[in-house]
Amino acid sequence: MSNLVEVNNLNIRFTGERTVHAVNNLSLTLGEGEVLGLLGESGSGKSVTLRALMRLLPKKRTQISGTVRVLGRDVLALDDDALSAFRGQTVSMIFQEPALALDPVYTIGRQIAETVMRHEGKSQHDATARALEMLEVVRIPSAKRRLDAYPHEMSGGMRQRAMIALALACKPKILLADEPTTALDATVQIQILLLLRELQREFGMSVIFVTHDIGVAIEICDRVAVMYAGQIIEQGSLREIVRTPLHPYAKGLLASTVHGAKRGARLETIPGTPPSLDQAPSACSFAPRCAFAQPRCTAALPPDVQVGPNRSARCILVDPATAGA
Amino acid sequence: MSAITELALQAAPAGPARGYWATVGRRVVRDKVSIACAVILLAIFLSALLAPWLGLADPYHGSMIRRLKPIGTTNYPLGTDELGRDMLARLIYGGRLSLLIGILPVILAFMIGTSLGLIAGYVGGKVNTAIMRTIDVFYAFPSVLLAIAISGALGAGITNSIVSLTVVFMPQITRVAESVTTGVRNMDFVEAARASGADAFTIMRVHMLGNVLGPIFVYATGLISVSMILAAGLSFLGLGTKPPEPEWGLMLNTLRTAIYVNPWVAALPGAMIFAVSICFNLLSDGMRSAMDIRN
Amino acid sequence: MSEIIEPIDKLEPIEDIGGVAQPLLRVDGLTKHFPVRGAWFGAAKTVRAVDDVSFSIAKGETVGIVGESGCGKSTTARLLMHLMPRNAGDIIYDGRQVGRELSLRELRRGMQMVFQDSYASLNPRLTIEESIAFGPKVHGMADAASRHLARELLGKVGLRPENFANRYPHEISGGQRQRVNIARALALSPRLVILDEAVSALDKSVEAQVLNLLVDLKREFGLTYLFISHDLNVVRYISDRVLVMYLGEVVELGPVDSVWDQPAHPYTQALLAAMPSSDPDNRTQVPPISGDPPNPIDPPAGCRFHTRCPFAEPLCGGATPKLTELDGLGHQAACYMAIPGSGHSRAPAARDLHSEAPALS
Repeated sequence: MSNLVEVNNLNIRFTGERTVHAVNNLSLTLGEGEVLGLLGESGSGKSVTLRALMRLLPKKRTQISGTVRVLGRDVLALDDDALSAFRGQTVSMIFQEPALALDPVYTIGRQIAETVMRHEGKSQHDATARALEMLEVVRIPSAKRRLDAYPHEMSGGMRQRAMIALALACKPKILLADEPTTALDATVQIQILLLLRELQREFGMSVIFVTHDIGVAIEICDRVAVMYAGQIIEQGSLREIVRTPLHPYAKGLLASTVHGAKRGARLETIPGTPPSLDQAPSACSFAPRCAFAQPRCTAALPPDVQVGPNRSARCILVDPATAGA
Repeated sequence: MSAITELALQAAPAGPARGYWATVGRRVVRDKVSIACAVILLAIFLSALLAPWLGLADPYHGSMIRRLKPIGTTNYPLGTDELGRDMLARLIYGGRLSLLIGILPVILAFMIGTSLGLIAGYVGGKVNTAIMRTIDVFYAFPSVLLAIAISGALGAGITNSIVSLTVVFMPQITRVAESVTTGVRNMDFVEAARASGADAFTIMRVHMLGNVLGPIFVYATGLISVSMILAAGLSFLGLGTKPPEPEWGLMLNTLRTAIYVNPWVAALPGAMIFAVSICFNLLSDGMRSAMDIRN
Repeated sequence: MSEIIEPIDKLEPIEDIGGVAQPLLRVDGLTKHFPVRGAWFGAAKTVRAVDDVSFSIAKGETVGIVGESGCGKSTTARLLMHLMPRNAGDIIYDGRQVGRELSLRELRRGMQMVFQDSYASLNPRLTIEESIAFGPKVHGMADAASRHLARELLGKVGLRPENFANRYPHEISGGQRQRVNIARALALSPRLVILDEAVSALDKSVEAQVLNLLVDLKREFGLTYLFISHDLNVVRYISDRVLVMYLGEVVELGPVDSVWDQPAHPYTQALLAAMPSSDPDNRTQVPPISGDPPNPIDPPAGCRFHTRCPFAEPLCGGATPKLTELDGLGHQAACYMAIPGSGHSRAPAARDLHSEAPALS
């Protein structure tokens, strides 16, 4: 079996004062050594999906149904001990804000070494050696000195590198990246993207990369799943999605990019705003904003039309016959 | 104009428009504990306020032959005190003074402290330093000691205990007000108000006050319980009310001798103080969580 | 507010003084240094947030400022709005020096700002109508008239007034809030609007909506924009001219197309090259520069970019290169490689290609 991650019919609902159907009927797979991009705007459920893969959602307020299998194991059924071994060793995560993900009271070296000791039972000496090796892997200059640095003593880009070092310290099979470059400056963002691309190849990892930025997805992803209102509305290879998007939302999202637009010319936009998600979708969530909407769009949930191998779109207008065009 | 009208006007959000305080109110009402506390407090307040019209016995009229009757005696449902006065009447009448000297200092401190804190927080710089360092001087003394010291210096009496308690609570409220104000002051909407050319007073009135009052109010509500206890303590020490006035702290003191004879009656004023202060505390907690609305 | 007695029903627009030829805003030698306390007993340090920045904005023009965090672009905006005191520099609005010929109060009628954080820039306790009406009221407008104006402006920014006027900021989406902020800025009928990362926090599809709105409003009200952003695509789309800032200094400025097509400063080149690719078959292979932008506390001497510049030569660490005209069309760069005869090995020879460019003394 080549799929490291298999998610089937995942539904995530947050309860509390307001009910939010954050993820609805989501299925995805992640192959060996593959970089999958989850592309979507805020509130599309991309980060929630990512967190569900690591069971990082607050237990009390979250209802999850469906199956999440990672390396054949049912993640939703793991007990606490198995879960903490699973996190870090099998699957690891990097976040948008390294300042929040790193512990401010320990040095970078100590944090990496602790993780290695906990997961691999290595001695302090070996673990520190690994920490140094990792800092060199992520190209932190004068790595030896940086072992003793605290997170606040580092610049934003260095902190992000340190977090990547921490996440990769136990050589996880799968890396989950939640907008890791969004908070960075442009010249730093490209460095981190290229670093991640290189490390992914070097370590042979599979990566799920959550982003709202198509440009970032283009730089790093092999395959892209576009999310809207808690659903994957289209997925396919990066080239297919960028060149020939099928779903009207994906088309609109790609068209509304400012890149290359002529000055003064009107930008293409998607009118309206995303739905509130206080009810589970019973029809196409995008229909109210869609220029091609028909009566049957609001009658029932559109099927996930399989257009080709690994390519599908949730829209009744997509014709499987025109596949691969 | 034509270019704009082509733009489809945006749809409105669902549901009726609701202000912040309306939302907070709805959330408080849904909290059972807060409602229970509010009802108890209201009952105590109203009975104290309406005491003369409740058909109670004269709280000052005692009788040597019916001293220290136990709870449940006919005509004296809560018994009598060491001078044979009706406890029920004295407890209800006592609420008038006890609540006054418990709550009024916090209200006064709230008004003075909020103004000082708002000025210190908004103006900043040297003004802030001057106000806050002065406040720190008060902070150096434990509040009980400070209250006793001021009351002792001014002399016994209701007004003086109110003044001393106001002085005790004012620095604490000022400090909270200052930190809340500093937080709000750095928000962009205050910058935007400055950029529109408004003067400091207008900005404080329109933009700051509404945003800082809530947290300060919650904090002040929590202080009422402390104030009740301190006020009772001052009376207990003879620095507040004078006998034969009914006042819970003072009653606790005079009934102290009866603790072996009739402990249940002797504990009643304490129970009242306890009930009021815990209700204020729980209410304050309830409001705090109701106000914590995240987007 | 005491000098205004009678509430008025209409704010007269700030009148045009110098005509079209006179720049709406001229900034000369703008400087802001923040003192920061060093470590215990350490020497006091200075953040040179904005250092000797000069530029002008013509009437009806959109000028963009790009740069990374810490480059001083937002500080520049706040200095122009007089939200913080400056160490040095003149700000001249339509030929009148602010503080002398033009009062701060008048300036605020003529210049308004939209902030990045749409939520933080609206008072959560006021309705949208009250927020928009606040400015006109401060300037003496009657309550009813200012509310009427607020509703009218809501319509102009694409929000149905009957649905939105009584809403509170937390009830509406980020894009709608940013529209409200734009309406609030327009309420004083300013001629210059500073947009400080005004679309940066928005989703891409909403960003496009707001950019279209900005273009429409500019045309309808005859506005002039100063558009600050870190997003080069957006700046290119909306701006006529652009300033590139690095560590508190302007390193390059000029018409946006010539800066984009022939970037003269190596920092501008790096910024442009750092944009993610838009072609899956042509991904970026090598990062254009390495390392993070240095801390603006005690920035490097000489050209501030020389510590990261692939073409740095000893002379770059000496004196700071001056902004120098490149083509006679307003494209300027502060780099020794662009200054004829500067002594840098890659510099053009003095008086060579550009005969009209003055040789460096």
